[in-house]
Formats: sequence, structure tokens, C-alpha cells
Amino acid sequence: MGAGHGGVLGAAYVPGSSVVHRLAPHLKLVAVLGFAVVVVATPVHAGWAWAAYAGHLALVLGAAAVAGVGPRRLARGLVVEVPFVVFALLLPVVAEGPRVQVAGLSLSESGLTAAGGLLAKATLSVLAATVLAATTDPRALVRGLERLRLPTVLVQILMFMVRYTDVVGGELRRMRVARESRGFRGRHLGALRVLGPAAGSLFIRSYERGERVHLAMLSRGYTGRMPTGPVAAVRAGAWMTALALPVAAAAVLACGLLLG
Amino acid sequence: MSEPPPDTSLLVEDLAFAYPDGHQALFGVDLRVERGERVALLGPNGAGKTTLVLHLNGILRGGRGAVRVAGLPVDRQHLQEVRRRVGIVFQDPDDQLFMPTVGEDVAFGPRNLGLPEAEVTARVAAALDQVGMAGSADRPPHHLSFGQRRRVAVATVLSMHPEILVLDEPSSNLDPAGRRELAEVLEALPVTMLMVTHDLPYALQLCPRSVVLDDGVVVADGPTRELLADTHLLAAHRLELPFGFDPANVP
Ligand SMILES: Nc1ncnc2c1ncn2[C@@H]1O[C@H](COP(=O)(O)OP(=O)(O)OP(=O)(O)O)[C@@H](O)[C@H]1O
Ligand SMILES: [Mg+2]
Repeated sequence: MGAGHGGVLGAAYVPGSSVVHRLAPHLKLVAVLGFAVVVVATPVHAGWAWAAYAGHLALVLGAAAVAGVGPRRLARGLVVEVPFVVFALLLPVVAEGPRVQVAGLSLSESGLTAAGGLLAKATLSVLAATVLAATTDPRALVRGLERLRLPTVLVQILMFMVRYTDVVGGELRRMRVARESRGFRGRHLGALRVLGPAAGSLFIRSYERGERVHLAMLSRGYTGRMPTGPVAAVRAGAWMTALALPVAAAAVLACGLLLG
Repeated sequence: MSEPPPDTSLLVEDLAFAYPDGHQALFGVDLRVERGERVALLGPNGAGKTTLVLHLNGILRGGRGAVRVAGLPVDRQHLQEVRRRVGIVFQDPDDQLFMPTVGEDVAFGPRNLGLPEAEVTARVAAALDQVGMAGSADRPPHHLSFGQRRRVAVATVLSMHPEILVLDEPSSNLDPAGRRELAEVLEALPVTMLMVTHDLPYALQLCPRSVVLDDGVVVADGPTRELLADTHLLAAHRLELPFGFDPANVP
């Protein structure tokens, strides 16, 4: 299956047996969501904001350390943040209000604070999400969403995505190999004349596979509802472990509000 | 025709079918499979084999004629029960295995039947054991070799305890070892079997009886060894034995 077992989606997952790995996926989802909410709720303009962000950062890095997620894996996770960074870099230039001179550039003060806050919040949330992705198998993640009562249609779509990404990716790869084996080089605009129909044919193939999968499901008595197995009960202890991260972050925020 | 005797697993009578685009794929097919038989369905590309298979559990309906599974007519009222009784293994295991893990996939059918969870677990274990895949329940299907996926696909329908197992080209794309392993699994299964195949030696190895379908009609039905020895029949219907293969000299 080409790029190793697990393919594109599996690449995010780093197998392990840490406490974080063993937590039920829906607990981790709640924890990361809770953490992100606390981070976003930390006001940028307060004097103690940066101390609080540092506290949050220490917490995520601590969680990453417990989970055995290395700095390089965390850095790779931050790549998704790039569009935010670009936006944040523009803010000080375009924002209104009092200005400061930095290296010959006139920058907006409020723009600088807003950009800093945006970057800090995005980075912290992405780091937490990276720890989640690195310690949770994509299939388990989908099951976690199901336990959190996400609508079944959405869960089924995600489930099929996880299952078939590799299959469709394989098809895409085979089509590319077939093209290039016959001397095709996609480096100029004219290549679009070939790639357009190729995308169309990939769509048709995937659509037809969808139909065949549906037939196979009907043949085994599928009636529109995905039958699920039993779910293991979650101990209170596990909840405490999972919620340690958002609760600690909330404590940092509370300290800021009370003392700051 | 009167009620079929209870030991007939599958009865197809005068089945004709045209696809919505007007292409007529079946022109009056008759086929009877007794309980415990293993029958090969042979025929060239486009003969209508897959079309016939899709009629056996009511995926395709609405043409002329009738299909009965162990006496039960294949119609709208009996669809769920018919789909339990007819276990179809499709050609591409990636179509058949859509759940995140092997175990959940094998459990998919029994859970749709509404069986209690203890029964589901027992059936999953038994079905995986029957195809030599015990211990793989927690693995994701895309981590398995093609041959293993094919065998798991067989398990996904065995867990529904089907009256008849229908396989569409089970040996295609398998390497020789995978092909042999699947044969060993299929040979050991105590179920009625209808096997669509282009692999004539495989038909001879596994199925004492064969049916040849061409252009939507049954053109021959008899002991596999006799059919494969009939060079005129094979030539007339684009069936070819592999180079050097002589059905008379096979044990
Ligand atoms: N969805 C469809 N719409 C229209 N015609 C179809 C459709 N599916 C199959 N056919 C036609 O029906 C005929 C029988 O097809 P079928 O797939 O049953 O053949 P087959 O015996 O399974 O062939 P193969 O050995 O290639 O799998 C063919 O002529 C085919 O072109
Ligand atoms: Mg076919």
C-alpha cells in the first residue's frame, strides 16, 4: 500500500502505550476542545496575558512529553498553522491606531497585540490537536466522535473516508504512474488538458466504488443504520486524567484573572 | 411448478433481465442447486454471470422469472431474510470490507440481523477461524495482504450462516499460494456453494458440477470433468484451459 501501513491519514499517528495513548478517544477530544476554549478565552489585552500563554504552553508541552510526542512531530503539526501566520504578519501593517517604529517599519500597536494573540492562541490549540492526532488512531478518533453523539451520517462519512483514503490514494498513484510511464510530464499549462479528465475519471471510479460498496452493504442486511458493538464504560479516573489538561489551563486563566 | 422440495438451496426459473439502458443480459436462465452441492458458474466475459449473481439476493429484480432460496421467493417482502440466506462475496475485497477493523466487518452482518452481542462475538470468532484468520479481528483491512482480505471477505458472509455461499471470481488476483490457501478454506466449508470463475482448473478442483452461461442462457450443465473435456463446447464459448492442462489427468 505504498506509503507504509496506514497511508496518508495513518501518518499522523505515532503508536505508543503512554497514559495519553490509552485514554478513550472521546475523552481526549473533550479535553482538547476544553483546552482550546480556555486558551481562546484568555484575553489578549490583559497585562498578564503572556504569562498565561506561557503557562498554557508549559501544559501542552507537558502533555506532549507524557505522551512521548517529540518536538519534531509537534513542529510538523504546526504546518497547518501557516495561513494564520501569514494573516497575523499582515495585521500590524494594515491595522489602524497608534503606531510604533520597528526596524524602520511603522506598525500598528493594536495590530501587533492582536497578531501576537492570534498566533499564540492558534499555536497552542494546534499543539494540543497535534498531541491528540499523534496519540489517537484515526479509526479510534471517529469512534470517539460517534460516542460524543455526532450525527451518524457525519460519522459514517468520516469512517468511510478513513477506510478508503488509501484505496483512492492508491488509484490516484496508479493513474499517475500510468500517465508518466507513457512520457507525460505535468510541468506546463497544457498538462491541465490531461489532468482535468484524469480528475474526472478518478471521481467516476470513486463513485462507482461507492456504488459497489453500497451493494456489498445491502447484501449483508444494511438498512441505513450502522450497527455498533458494545462500548466500554469509562472509569471516573480516566475522565480525571483527560480533564487534567483543560482544568489546569482554566486554573492558569483563573490565576491571571484574580491576581493580574 | 409446485413447491420445491426443502433440500433445494437455490432455484432459478426462466430468469430474464434487461438493464435500464435496454441491454438484455439474461434470456431465461434455469438453474437448480441442491443443498450441500458445490457448483461452478463458467462463461466468457459479458455472459451475464454477475448479473445472475445480483439476482440471487434481490439486488437486481423486476425482470421475468423467479428465484427461490430454500423455498423462499426473492421479492420485496422477504428481502432481509433472503440476504441472510445468500452470502455473496464480491470480486474486490476492498468493496466488501468497509468497516475500520476486520472484526467489526465480520460483525456487520450479524448485527444487522439484530443478534445479541454474545452471539455476534461467537460468530465472528468462528467465522474468522473457519477462514484461518483467527487473531486478526483487531487489524484494519488495509493492513492485510490481498489473499487475507479475500479470506476475510468470505468470513464476513459466513458469519451470517448463509444457506448458500456465492463467490464472484474468488481466485482472481491471488498469487498461487493465496489461491491454494483459499481453495483449502473453501473445500473445508460445509455450505452450499456457487462459484463464478474463469479459472477452470479451480472449478475442477472445488466443484464436482459446472454450469456454463453464455449470452444470457445456460448452454451446458454437468460434471465439471466432462465439460472441461469437451473441446468443442469450450471453444464455442470462449473458455480455455491453461497451457498444458489436461482435465483427464487430474486426480
Ligand atoms: N449496469 C449495467 N448497465 C448496462 N449493461 C450492463 C450493466 N452491467 C452489465 N451490463 C451488461 O450486461 C452483460 C452481462 O454483464 P455481466 O457483468 O453480468 O457479465 P459477466 O458474465 O459477469 O462478465 P465478467 O466475466 O466480465 O465479469 C454485459 O454485456 C454487460 O455489458
Ligand atoms: Mg462479472
